[in-house]
Amino acid sequence: MSLYALCFILFSIGLYCLLVKRNLVKKIIGLGIAEYAVNLFFILLGFKENAEAPILDKYTASQNFVDPLPQALILTSIVIGLGVTAVMVAISVRIYEKYRTFDIREIRRLKG
Amino acid sequence: MIPLFVAIPLGAAFIIPLMSKVREGSARWIATGSALALLCLSVSSLWWVQKGALVYSVGGWKPPFGICMVLDNLTVLVLLVINLIGFLVLLYSLDYIKKYTAPSLYYTLFSLLLAGLNGLAVSGDLFNLFVFLEIASISSYALIAFGTEAEELEASFKYLVLGNVADLLILFAIGVLFGRASTLNMADLARSLQSISLTDPVLYATALFIVGFGLKTALVPFHAWLPDAHPAAPAPMSAMLSGVVIKVVGVYALTRVVFNVIGITPLISSVLMVLGIISMAAGVLLAIGQWDFKRLLAYHSISQIGYVVFGIGLGTPLGVAGGLFHLFNHSLFKSLLFLNSGAVEHATGTRDLRKLGGLCRTMPVTSATSLIASLSIAGVPPLCGFWSKLLIIMAAFQAGHTAGAVVCILTALVTLASFLKVQKFAFLRAAEGLCEGVREVPFFMLCAMVLLALLCIAAGVFFPPFLELVVKPAAQVVLEGRRYAGFVLGG
Amino acid sequence: MRQESGMTLIVKRITRITVSLIFLFGIYIVLHGHLTPGGGFAGGVIIALSFIHLVLAFGKKVALKRISEATISAFESIGGVFFWSIALGGLLFSGVYFLNFLPKGEAFSLFSAGTIVFCNIAIFLKVGAGLFAIFVALAFLRMPDDPKEGGKAA
Repeated sequence: MSLYALCFILFSIGLYCLLVKRNLVKKIIGLGIAEYAVNLFFILLGFKENAEAPILDKYTASQNFVDPLPQALILTSIVIGLGVTAVMVAISVRIYEKYRTFDIREIRRLKG
Repeated sequence: MIPLFVAIPLGAAFIIPLMSKVREGSARWIATGSALALLCLSVSSLWWVQKGALVYSVGGWKPPFGICMVLDNLTVLVLLVINLIGFLVLLYSLDYIKKYTAPSLYYTLFSLLLAGLNGLAVSGDLFNLFVFLEIASISSYALIAFGTEAEELEASFKYLVLGNVADLLILFAIGVLFGRASTLNMADLARSLQSISLTDPVLYATALFIVGFGLKTALVPFHAWLPDAHPAAPAPMSAMLSGVVIKVVGVYALTRVVFNVIGITPLISSVLMVLGIISMAAGVLLAIGQWDFKRLLAYHSISQIGYVVFGIGLGTPLGVAGGLFHLFNHSLFKSLLFLNSGAVEHATGTRDLRKLGGLCRTMPVTSATSLIASLSIAGVPPLCGFWSKLLIIMAAFQAGHTAGAVVCILTALVTLASFLKVQKFAFLRAAEGLCEGVREVPFFMLCAMVLLALLCIAAGVFFPPFLELVVKPAAQVVLEGRRYAGFVLGG
Repeated sequence: MRQESGMTLIVKRITRITVSLIFLFGIYIVLHGHLTPGGGFAGGVIIALSFIHLVLAFGKKVALKRISEATISAFESIGGVFFWSIALGGLLFSGVYFLNFLPKGEAFSLFSAGTIVFCNIAIFLKVGAGLFAIFVALAFLRMPDDPKEGGKAA
């Protein structure tokens, strides 16, 4: 149970970074940390005590495996995270070209 | 047959980059052809579900081991919304996108968006829902920034960050449910959660789901991205976003998860109703002072989605039917309004209401369709908006929530006032300097707008058969709650 | 020393050897995706890394003479179309979408598991080409020369 609480704390650290830092790139890094926390939480859900990695082999005798379903799902989620990070970085590079700064206090043309 | 809903737009999205190198201009026809095929499929699915829900096991693996795709009455309603508006918006974009520099990229991204939305609607598995939600979201982030002007990039970045946080919260909630029940198939989850009573982890997951999907739907207090993102997108994309994406990705997913998997309780129902009421009021009050045409429409989207969530949150048969009918109607008239604003901007070059005027003489078709759409959204009989708002208000009075019903009525009055202002400033007064000599917009744009206006009128005049055939069965599925598991897994 | 693009001579020498090794390793991970951990995603990333290695060591122009942007874009689309046609092939040949319709050999050998090998190859094409295209697109953006004074933030 404490492992799950630690995942939640990691998520809060990422969210804190997203809220407090004023540089666009640091916000992207904050979102990355939050994403790692959620992926980690999911994989930890499948963990069993004294179990092995879920690779079936000619030489494996035991049947005591960790749950492989979350691992397959998180692989997909990591790739999705890669895609979103790529889009975010591309947009922030273009924002730098137009606004000449990464500081969000300056990027405020849309209001009201 | 069900996988074709996902296979056709995905195939179009993958083939368009290859084909547009071979022959210029083939992108538009591939995309439009695939949207037309999807529309025909979703209309014919009305007949397929007459006998009961259809379940398709992808790859031959039976649920709960494999991923299944489920087509029941609620899905059919949502698929109709997506593919109808998708096809008409693509028709509109055939002419509108010519002023951007990379049209084939637009069609690719749009086909991916359609694939993501369709996959979300037919998915029977929670993780599959999440993956298609991400596909739809990423395409919409890129499409909002399509013009790459400064303001569009800023709006897209805001939507990106908030949307990403919402997705992470949804994934967290899916994780909590998975940890409780060890399965991700929605029907199987519903069954396992029946034997475990509604304990704390499931309530925590529900709260996370409401926040995550509420961010995607732009319920107040999660609405901050919508007034920036919807005006900044190109007009057909605004119509698609406001008319389809926030509903499918937000309201449909929330309804499916909360009603069919977790099971509605009075606590969750009152939370949804309160959020709906606040959205209605805040959206309309913030819209009064707006002078930018599209920003005003975006704020009205927030308020109308408040109606839908309030209706669905009521949980009574009349309320849910009213909410779902309003979902369908809103997609019709809000898309038409955004397409109108795009036509106005295309012809005059501005969106500021103070600078427009006299367009009813120079752009007769646009002003006629916008009149029909404005009367619909304000709730004037016999157009479609009136009937769905009446259903919601009647349901609220019957359930005893008179405060909510009074807020509904007042919001409808303020919406009427706001759209009368739009009609007066943009269309009815004498032409200002900027607006002399503008001409009507090209053919395909007119075609799409006229078709949508005719559908608004038809949905209003012919609403009884539509209600019986499409909306009432969909409401039935929602109210069945966890008995959904019985249909999918076969008793 | 002549001003050349890319890094120093030692890095360039070593890169010539290691790029082919990294590429080979990536292909190994892709093909054995059904036997060992890895598969399409991981293998695709490794192969994209081998090309990025080229760009970092030799500079953009030299690396892009090896493989042009149009080729990258074409590979990405081909990967996508290939995966889609495997899924549709299941529908055409056996009536079930995405069915594993190729013969499955004996367990644990390289050619068991039917269509999974081809799915892995399709994914590796798309992910590898996609990641390299993202890198090239981002690396090619020219920054304006003088950033705004006081633009650095916390």
